[in-house]
Amino acid sequence: MKDISCYAITENIKEMCIESTHYLSDDMQQALNSAINDEKSALGKQVLNSLHENLEIARAEMIPICQDTGMAIIFVEIGQEVHIIDGNIEEAINEGVRKGYVEGFLRKSVVEDPIYRKNTNDNTPAIIHYSIVPGEQLKLTLAPKGFGSENMSKIFMLKPADGIEGVKRSIIETVDLAGPNACPPLVIGVGIGGNFEKCALMAKHALTREVGIHSEIPYVKDLEIELLEKINQLGIGPGGLGGTVTALALNIETYPTHIAGLPLAVNICCHVNRHVSRCL
Amino acid sequence: MMYKNIKAPISKEKIKSLKAGEYVYITGKIYTARDAAHQRMFEAINKGNNPPFELNNNIIYYMGPSPAREGNVIGSAGPTTSSRMDKYTPLLLDHGLKGMIGKGKRSKEVIDAIIRNNAVYFAAVGGAGALLSKAIIKSTMIAYDDLGTEAIRELEVENFPVIVVVDSDGNNLYETAIDEYRHFHY
Repeated sequence: MKDISCYAITENIKEMCIESTHYLSDDMQQALNSAINDEKSALGKQVLNSLHENLEIARAEMIPICQDTGMAIIFVEIGQEVHIIDGNIEEAINEGVRKGYVEGFLRKSVVEDPIYRKNTNDNTPAIIHYSIVPGEQLKLTLAPKGFGSENMSKIFMLKPADGIEGVKRSIIETVDLAGPNACPPLVIGVGIGGNFEKCALMAKHALTREVGIHSEIPYVKDLEIELLEKINQLGIGPGGLGGTVTALALNIETYPTHIAGLPLAVNICCHVNRHVSRCL
Repeated sequence: MMYKNIKAPISKEKIKSLKAGEYVYITGKIYTARDAAHQRMFEAINKGNNPPFELNNNIIYYMGPSPAREGNVIGSAGPTTSSRMDKYTPLLLDHGLKGMIGKGKRSKEVIDAIIRNNAVYFAAVGGAGALLSKAIIKSTMIAYDDLGTEAIRELEVENFPVIVVVDSDGNNLYETAIDEYRHFHY
């Protein structure tokens, strides 16, 4: 049994909010840098150079990479040997988000009711997904998600008869419809299987996978490679201004499903694909 | 790549000279407004009241900044998705608005109103909020303070970089440029 204090959780979440919104992970930076060489359009190259410069300024001057510092999405993996002390984990996480967004000069983008829309002024509540795993570690993954890209995401309840071709078509159509709205070059998270909520959760979680790492399932890896290539032939390009780099990565997660269904979720993320993990 | 420099507020002649695909630097005064501010301006105009700033010849920037650190004019300040403002934009254009800066596609109704009113739609680079903030030299909250990041701000900008997406003739870069690089059809 290992004791983990809520104070440590709060402090780590606060730091992770600030870190993720000012520094992009190495894999994302590398993907953006190689995109500059790959892009064929002059205007597209110019956009990518601006994004590169933007990352430099964000880091050097502590200005958020994007003004939409997102809604805080947190994946919590709790080892079953862990004992949380000094309070309530949910409150500890939200306190970390509150401190991160207020003390870190991040934008408060959360409204307390979807219809009446009054800003909560501290970016809480976060959206938290818990899973219980073996061991005595607590792993926190924070992925602040902006809504320019979130709004272009989709869920499809396909039929088994739609098969792999139906899956491919739906994913490509979703990216095509998102076009310039979602701030390309994109990272695309896909969930196939499970049910209505499971596929959405897998699509979101797929966005936290490092760019350049593929699924361990051979046919899924092939699908990731094929779809990325096709998406980059759509012509959308950086900023949606035309070009050959529309997406930097496409990550797929799968899960068993029902004999009657083929659920599919496509979660679109912009080039500011922020995620940071820590183990306590 | 060719660049053009323009002043804001923007003149009728200058708008006519801008063509889809051109890279433009804006210097002068522009105004921020996004979802909630648009809804309020729309309601004000429909009730016969004046919006909180002069629309004639002016440019709206669809942007809600992150808070400024001490010593900075503004925080991160990149464009938000324009299509959410489509419902309100034709009315603003019919009341004198001449330009919008945002990102992403516009509705047919907005493009028709752009042509009808000799206006222009620019895109700024989405997700480059830190870089774009460097072109903002002054920021003053002028209306709807209660909306926080969504309040209307008057911005003084110097060489603010944008791209003409829809020009006053209705040419649309998002359609033409993407076609040029499209090699996959399904």
